[in-house]
Amino acid sequence: MYRYDDFDEAFVRNRVAQFRDQVERRLSGALTEEEFRPLRLMNGLYLQLHAYMLRVAIPYGTLDSRKMRQLALIAERWDKGYGHFTTRQNIQFNWPRLTDVPAILDALADVEMHAIQTSGNTIRNVTADHFAGAAADEIADPRPVAELLRQWSTDHPEFQFLPRKFKIAITGSPNDRAVTRAHDIGLRMVTQDGQPGFEVVVGGGLGRTPMIGKVLRDFLPQADLLPYVEAILATYNLLGRRDNKYKARIKITVHETGLEEFRDMVEAEFPARRALFAGGDQELLAQIEAAFAPPAFRNAPVDAYETARAADPVFRAWADTNLAAHRHPDYAIATISLKAHGETPGDATAEQMRIMADLAARYGHDELRISHEQNVILPHVHKSDLPAVHAALKAVGLATANLGLVSDIIACPGMDYCALATARSIPVAQKIAQRFDELKLEHDIGPLKLKISGCINACGHHHVGHIGILGLDRAGVENYQVTLGGDGTETAAVGERAGPGFAYDEIVPAIERLLRAYLEQRESREETFLEAYRRLGPAPFKAALYPEEGRRDAA
Amino acid sequence: MSRRFTPKVVTANALIEGDVIYLTADDRWSKQHHEAELIEDEAHAEIRLLFAQAQPDRVVGPYLAEARPGAHGPEPVHFREAFRTRGPSNYAHGKQEAEAH
Repeated sequence: MYRYDDFDEAFVRNRVAQFRDQVERRLSGALTEEEFRPLRLMNGLYLQLHAYMLRVAIPYGTLDSRKMRQLALIAERWDKGYGHFTTRQNIQFNWPRLTDVPAILDALADVEMHAIQTSGNTIRNVTADHFAGAAADEIADPRPVAELLRQWSTDHPEFQFLPRKFKIAITGSPNDRAVTRAHDIGLRMVTQDGQPGFEVVVGGGLGRTPMIGKVLRDFLPQADLLPYVEAILATYNLLGRRDNKYKARIKITVHETGLEEFRDMVEAEFPARRALFAGGDQELLAQIEAAFAPPAFRNAPVDAYETARAADPVFRAWADTNLAAHRHPDYAIATISLKAHGETPGDATAEQMRIMADLAARYGHDELRISHEQNVILPHVHKSDLPAVHAALKAVGLATANLGLVSDIIACPGMDYCALATARSIPVAQKIAQRFDELKLEHDIGPLKLKISGCINACGHHHVGHIGILGLDRAGVENYQVTLGGDGTETAAVGERAGPGFAYDEIVPAIERLLRAYLEQRESREETFLEAYRRLGPAPFKAALYPEEGRRDAA
Repeated sequence: MSRRFTPKVVTANALIEGDVIYLTADDRWSKQHHEAELIEDEAHAEIRLLFAQAQPDRVVGPYLAEARPGAHGPEPVHFREAFRTRGPSNYAHGKQEAEAH
């Protein structure tokens, strides 16, 4: 893991000192709310529906036990004993007092964390594949590059007042687990003639105008990354619309300018940018790479794993669902579901955080990851340790075997917390998960991505859910629209709206009808919901969602 | 013809806690919606909002929210305002937490 150097340490500590002073000046009346608001947002502090909310960056989703324990401490000392992991690999604390926030930021700085640029029209937390450095299908670990981008983008003077926020995601694997095609810039590691580089995708995004990113460069040599990304940002910074907030993201800039012209402008800017980088970035990258050296994998028998699998059906179910292939054959990537049926997606109590930290320290080469799907990952677990890991997780309600199933729902905080929301998300997710648990159908239904957003800004990624749910306010009543056929992977697609929305108490039965129709229509157990939807089109699913219309048509 | 004015309360978030608060007729800030002053006159609403805006040392983002008379005082009209009177639905946190004790 990357460790702060003296520069990082001084920078973060200075920021905390500045913010402490800013809070004091706000309280004394020296700063108005209008003056203070952009300052608090620069430090991740929002004012939400019921309280302040502090959004803390977890760069490229990587934590160690020390950081996780500190998050637990913060949750207990200054919040209500839990934290909420988000779709951008951040953690949010929902109940801090304004006067406590400087102390929280100091506590974060103690473990080399911060909340800088988790809000505002800047480059946000750089996200990465949550299996980075562990996945069997990976070309290279994308995190050193993500760390380089983090250092480059943090407090970058040219990019502190962009037309709108800017999100970068990176994957080192051909199987895109980082939703790179729905980011302002998506980077996919590729090789050409044995040389490492990136496919550069630009102008993806969700929100009110969802767009799949377009390939700006199919191969960018690794050494050119920062100057090229800087050329993209500089072009966007000039072209991007500042007259209309809803047209200010780079996806609109690229769409309105045209990909070819936008590319020409970036390429025209690129040489001058490249000339400014004298190789210092590559030296820095080499140092960062050393910090991400793979752990010393253990060579030991895996018999204990096979024995437990054979003897314990609960363990077997968990192993079948929550483990992924590791690059080392004796290891597994274990995903800890934060989606226990009926619980809040992405929430972990302080006790749970400590257990996960302990397990990482004891069995996981001291690494933890946060996924954009709001789960926690132990990326390096020797298979012989998996039964012990599972037993420890089970004791604190963290052994739910539902990864990638209908109850593994992404849900934004929605109107239970968020000031922008137009409807609730969390209780809809809770009810869907509980319903399918009662029906004992989710393993039969198989792989499914269900994603819920409580407003059009789409933090819950509903557009790229196989089933997406969007909560809206229709004439003063919560109303839920369903989209079908979305996909957040390398075959990214935006889901299509199925038809009129459903009331709060109608949405769960509607999803049940939809999935029962899938079970009836699929060719075999192997055909997933998304495959069935692609084969059949929307008609049979719409018929299940809107049976009344079918009856009217037949009459 | 201009639209008929619908009754309002002045609401905001408390500067330090961030908690939802309401302006009362006797110029206090209450955490309870039913203690709010129900304002039925548009000109008076503007005066009360200005009064709230003049207290940046205590409140953030005051605005007028629709309300209606109820048995124990004003009640919220929109579901968003109803949630603000209670707290989130997934945990008994916020105002509902205080009420449970």
